[in-house]
Amino acid sequence: MALLHIAEPGMSAEPHKHRLAAGIDLGTTNSLVATVRNGIAVCLPDEQGRTMVPSVVRYRTDGSIEVGQSAVRAHATDPKNTILSVKRLMGRGLRDVAHVEAMPYDFMDSDGMVRLRTVQGVKSPVEVSAEILRVLAARAEASLGGELTGVVITVPAYFDDAQRQATKDAATLAGLNVLRLLNEPTAAAVAYGLDNAAEGVYAVFDLGGGTFDLSILKLSRGIFEVLATNGDSALGGDDFDHRIFCWVLDRANIAPHSREDGRRLLMKAREAKELLTVCEEVPIKASLQSGEEVNLVLTRDEFAHITEHLVRKTLAPMRKVLRDAGLAPEDVKGVVMVGGATRMPHVQRAVAEFFDQEPLNNLDPDKVVALGAAIQANVLVGNRKDEDDWLLLDVIPLSLGLETMGGLVEKVIPRNATLPIARAQEFTTYKDGQTAMAFHVVQGERELVSDCRSLARFELRGIPPMVAGAARIRVTFQVDADGLLSVAAREMSSGVEASVLVKPSYGLSEHEIAEMLRQGMDHAGDDMTARALAEQRVEAGRVLEAIEQALAKDGELLDARERMQIDQSMAALRATLDGADHHAIRQAIDTLSRATDEFASRRMDKSIRGALAGRNINEIEV
Amino acid sequence: MGVDLQQDHFTLFGLPRRFGIDRAALDAAYHELHSEVHPDRHAHLPDADKRRAMQWATRVNEAYSTLSKPRPRACYLLQLEGLDAGFESNTAMTPDFLMEQMEWREAVEEARNAGDGDELSQLHVRLRHQAREQYGHLERLIDVDRDYDAAAELVRRLMFIEKLQHEIDDALEALET
Ligand SMILES: Nc1ncnc2c1ncn2[C@@H]1O[C@H](COP(=O)(O)OP(=O)(O)O)[C@@H](O)[C@H]1O
Ligand SMILES: [Mg+2]
Repeated sequence: MALLHIAEPGMSAEPHKHRLAAGIDLGTTNSLVATVRNGIAVCLPDEQGRTMVPSVVRYRTDGSIEVGQSAVRAHATDPKNTILSVKRLMGRGLRDVAHVEAMPYDFMDSDGMVRLRTVQGVKSPVEVSAEILRVLAARAEASLGGELTGVVITVPAYFDDAQRQATKDAATLAGLNVLRLLNEPTAAAVAYGLDNAAEGVYAVFDLGGGTFDLSILKLSRGIFEVLATNGDSALGGDDFDHRIFCWVLDRANIAPHSREDGRRLLMKAREAKELLTVCEEVPIKASLQSGEEVNLVLTRDEFAHITEHLVRKTLAPMRKVLRDAGLAPEDVKGVVMVGGATRMPHVQRAVAEFFDQEPLNNLDPDKVVALGAAIQANVLVGNRKDEDDWLLLDVIPLSLGLETMGGLVEKVIPRNATLPIARAQEFTTYKDGQTAMAFHVVQGERELVSDCRSLARFELRGIPPMVAGAARIRVTFQVDADGLLSVAAREMSSGVEASVLVKPSYGLSEHEIAEMLRQGMDHAGDDMTARALAEQRVEAGRVLEAIEQALAKDGELLDARERMQIDQSMAALRATLDGADHHAIRQAIDTLSRATDEFASRRMDKSIRGALAGRNINEIEV
Repeated sequence: MGVDLQQDHFTLFGLPRRFGIDRAALDAAYHELHSEVHPDRHAHLPDADKRRAMQWATRVNEAYSTLSKPRPRACYLLQLEGLDAGFESNTAMTPDFLMEQMEWREAVEEARNAGDGDELSQLHVRLRHQAREQYGHLERLIDVDRDYDAAAELVRRLMFIEKLQHEIDDALEALET
């Protein structure tokens, strides 16, 4: 068998270099970026030392774009072009968004995901989010002094497929390589659990600006296992602001207001809410464009009273998540509080009462998600050390199903199933000679299609013509570790792979994303080809490095001929790197990838045998 | 013999093919396998490795979700013994069982209509106890007596209990929202 391959000089058989990675908490209100430095996760600050970037994007008349603090300043003077809480719009249609009427934007009335008209043209929430991601990534690259190899971006655990896909698309637009979409409460659990060497069952209660998540995790010997998750992807601090806002309109007896006045009052409402966390009462004062004056006092009790129904909205998910996990409140060892809105005293009280214990507030609720994401990113990018022997097992938050007769849902994948997961379902044709078939994928727990989220419609084409009922079409749902669904279909009796045309209900098509990418580059004066070339070169470098390492470690799994084929494909790829043809590089990467497919499976099998060897000695035969 | 995606769930975890299962050994094997195959362990590798990891991790999850729960584990064992798991169509139920079914249904219906969450929760707990009692019988029938037909009958009862539990869950959820 082949001897250990001696690498050519400079071809890195050396232990690989430290790769740059970052964790990004893309929040409704605030976003953060963190990274692991010398083994410690830190949030990266701006020049003023601020780690939080307000998730606010302003499109200016001169064509420039402001993100964060400077955009916030324009919220009341240029509300139409200053986008706040864009996360609430991700993967959502206009009709799904709560309090649209209170949002000062110029919404476009169209199918699919909402769009906003700005001075810089129509923007999708995905594009707006991409601007925030760009700023965070730039901060990380400036701080780390190099290009990021990959990022982990956090999403609310209760985000559905459309919202997750929209987040990933935003990363694509921002030119980022997403190592993983990580659930926010899980990220918090990692940061908390590793820091406190916690063992046992924990709950993470995460109430941010626009989303609420509740996850139950079992921590045992380095495994973070999510048992169940629940929440409300449209509940957060924003709703408390909105209640105060309505209270003000009502008490001050104010007539319909302008966009500017609306924004101003909403900001006053938020300030009041945050102050009430530390004060018993706060004044709310504002002079409006309309000439009206607001001069009110809100007490903590009154605030608790007018927002009681919002706090109560967290109770049902708490009960459900425990029921799904098969646990009682007393089985929970600790409740980790995450998100700025958990600072509100009446939220703290409600949680303490439900779990009959004081919640854990000993970590920074603003930073913990980003820190967890950074720790995960560092490991996923390939900087794992021996002591990083922990692993996350997460779940899908909402069931996936297909529409059947009479507008009913047939569940294909149940909620809280551990990821990744695949399930197949068989269908048949109902007409002679039928060559196409349509499906509607939905997500949610209810029986009626109309009560669930529509994710996509897809059509199978190329089914070989047969008599009705003879075709056996196997549709496979695969949900990956990001919680993203992909669908494949095959006609079983002929083995024909039917082509699947997917039309997302609230997402962007691949074509739209490509178009946005192109526009973005025109705008930035980027040369598309130069960028593609740079990207493919980096990718080629990564692939070559990974394969060299694999060959050095497991080269004996190949016979001489197989080895030669791989060596040739690697040499062919290296040869393309001297040229400037990014297509050629891509092709060579794909060829190499195919050439190593079998090697990859053998290595996986070997490592599995290794894992089983401890318990079952006579199983190991190579 | 090597390992491959096709082998049965018990072999995958290195466990004997029985209903009575060493839960700690199952969990340990599950975690150890995931330490090797989980996509997070392969995120920095080329696409071929990532694809393979997803397939394997999917396979491990499928096996674990089947073996870690008694009723699916029993169904799976019976299926390995060549008994069709499509139980629903196979309806040779004893009159006793049918009577019992009706009584339970009525109780759930009543509590639901009365909007009585406590009663629904009580019923849920009682059903869980009922199910637990059956697991002991199931273990004897499958592992000792090898009376698979009788085991299949018991599994049908358990499936009925599960269905009722789901209905109670739904009713409770409806009450809470
Ligand atoms: N001291 C406080 N008291 C009450 N609410 C607060 C306080 N500080 C922040 N918040 C609220 O927390 C929310 C933002 O929380 P954050 O975790 O940053 O949200 P997200 O993750 O959605 O960006 C906002 O609604 C904000 O008003
Ligand atoms: Mg957050």
